[in-house]
Amino acid sequence: MPVALAVHGLAKRYGSVEALKGVDLVVDEGELVGLLGPNGAGKSTLVKIAVGLVRPSSGGAEVAGARAGSRAARASLGYLAELFRFPGWYTADEVLVLHQRLSGSRGGAAERRRLLELVALEDAAGRRVEGMSKGMQQRLGVAQALVGEPRILLLDEPTSALDPVGRRTVRLLLEELRGRGVSVLLNSHLLSEIELVCDRVAILLGGELVAAGTPAELSRPRGIELETDEGVRRIAGAVRADAPRIVAEAVAAGRQVYGVRVLTSTLEDTYLEAVGGETD
Amino acid sequence: MSSFAAIVEYGFREAVRRKVFAVVVLLTAVFLVLFWLANHFVFDQLGNITPPRDINVDTRTFAGAFLTGLAMFATLFLGVVLAVFLTIGVVSGDAERGLLQPLVVRPVGRSTLLLSRFAGAAGVCVAYVLTVYVAAMVITGLTGHWWPDRIMWPGLELAGGVVIVIALSLLGSIVLSSTANGIAVFMLFGGGLVAGLLASIGHALNSHAIKHASTIAAWALPFEGLYQDALRMITASTSGLTGFLLQLGPFGGAYVHGWTIRIWALAYLVAVGAVALFAFRRKNL
Repeated sequence: MPVALAVHGLAKRYGSVEALKGVDLVVDEGELVGLLGPNGAGKSTLVKIAVGLVRPSSGGAEVAGARAGSRAARASLGYLAELFRFPGWYTADEVLVLHQRLSGSRGGAAERRRLLELVALEDAAGRRVEGMSKGMQQRLGVAQALVGEPRILLLDEPTSALDPVGRRTVRLLLEELRGRGVSVLLNSHLLSEIELVCDRVAILLGGELVAAGTPAELSRPRGIELETDEGVRRIAGAVRADAPRIVAEAVAAGRQVYGVRVLTSTLEDTYLEAVGGETD
Repeated sequence: MSSFAAIVEYGFREAVRRKVFAVVVLLTAVFLVLFWLANHFVFDQLGNITPPRDINVDTRTFAGAFLTGLAMFATLFLGVVLAVFLTIGVVSGDAERGLLQPLVVRPVGRSTLLLSRFAGAAGVCVAYVLTVYVAAMVITGLTGHWWPDRIMWPGLELAGGVVIVIALSLLGSIVLSSTANGIAVFMLFGGGLVAGLLASIGHALNSHAIKHASTIAAWALPFEGLYQDALRMITASTSGLTGFLLQLGPFGGAYVHGWTIRIWALAYLVAVGAVALFAFRRKNL
């Protein structure tokens, strides 16, 4: 079975601006990959090329083995744009009916009910979009992306308008989807969220892929923290294997040891290192 | 087919939900009431109009055709207003608002999407134009006992003219922002009207250059050519001095006519549609 998303040497130029400079990225079946990078890094452009909204200048992308933008590719994916809107006069149920018709889904009312339950909107099926909060619309957007049981889901900032409860709902949903074998490419600014749910992380900067790997692979050892009766001491350069020796030496020296902690960099540290401290 | 129908229905619901639709319906109702009043007073006073003895003019035909011609202009104008406001933002406008992207990524095909939006807008506008045209014709017919020489052709040609404006507006919506597109399409429509007026001036002055310029403009903007042909059709069987005066009348010219302009209008529509489809397929959203 082909990988869910394969991007090779992808480049995109808008006039004099190079949004992407030859990016390679693969999302395997059932894998949840987080895409990170500051604004203007090329994340949304990459996602838009994958879903067929933007034409690449060179290189290419394949979705489930089909050329990105082709009918077969679009039939395999679900997409939530960063900035999207549904017609205000449609109800939540009608939005899903429209997308069922467009995607050729035969799920009917049962699929719509299940999707609305997944995003905690089961009580809002008959409510018009114009009467929904931004967060509810965002969750409806996620439900819309899931119409037709896509093999891969491309989500561009899916939690940007959600409160903590809404974010948790989406996070649990992503974990459930992974359990069902659905691949996800998650473009988000929320590092903690990506760290919590993603199998792998790719960091873009200036249109180039500057780091990629699992959160564990991307983390760096940052020493060991030892808590004794003298207080907390940080031993820089020490790694996990050094912990027993450090504790033994402290005990031998007559210290009371209350705790020991192996320090590793967070995804935020890795991200800031990768982008050179560049912020939005 | 289901996705085509889904987008047509989507466009139709959007059309009738818009405030501009309600405004056009209200304006139309006001227009038809005023038009009935005009017919009532004109035909009521018809007996008092006495042309010179040596001039043989059928006053009823002249008044009926005059009023129907004015109604046709109003129908075309209102139809174009409706068409433009329903389509100026179908691509760029909807993309800016984020309405288009969720639809385009579905396995529908951009061509199907654009054609179905065209079909939805055309369905609304054609129904509107034919309704207003028939209503105005019936008002004149019942009030003044005068009916056009050709009943349906003029209405169909007016509707055809509006359909061409829809195609131009959809093409414009791919390359221009909503505001710029609205201005551009109304300027094109105004250009067509000027061409008709130029034709009348050219014929009155017997200026070959002005007539030639107006003819070129009417062919370049075939909604104007169809409008001129529609005007000609309402008095197609009227001859003599009445027919001559009607040709010079307030219609803004009825000099481009016949099957050639109809076939050209169809070819023009297909060409505009083909360019629009090509441009939409290549557009980055």
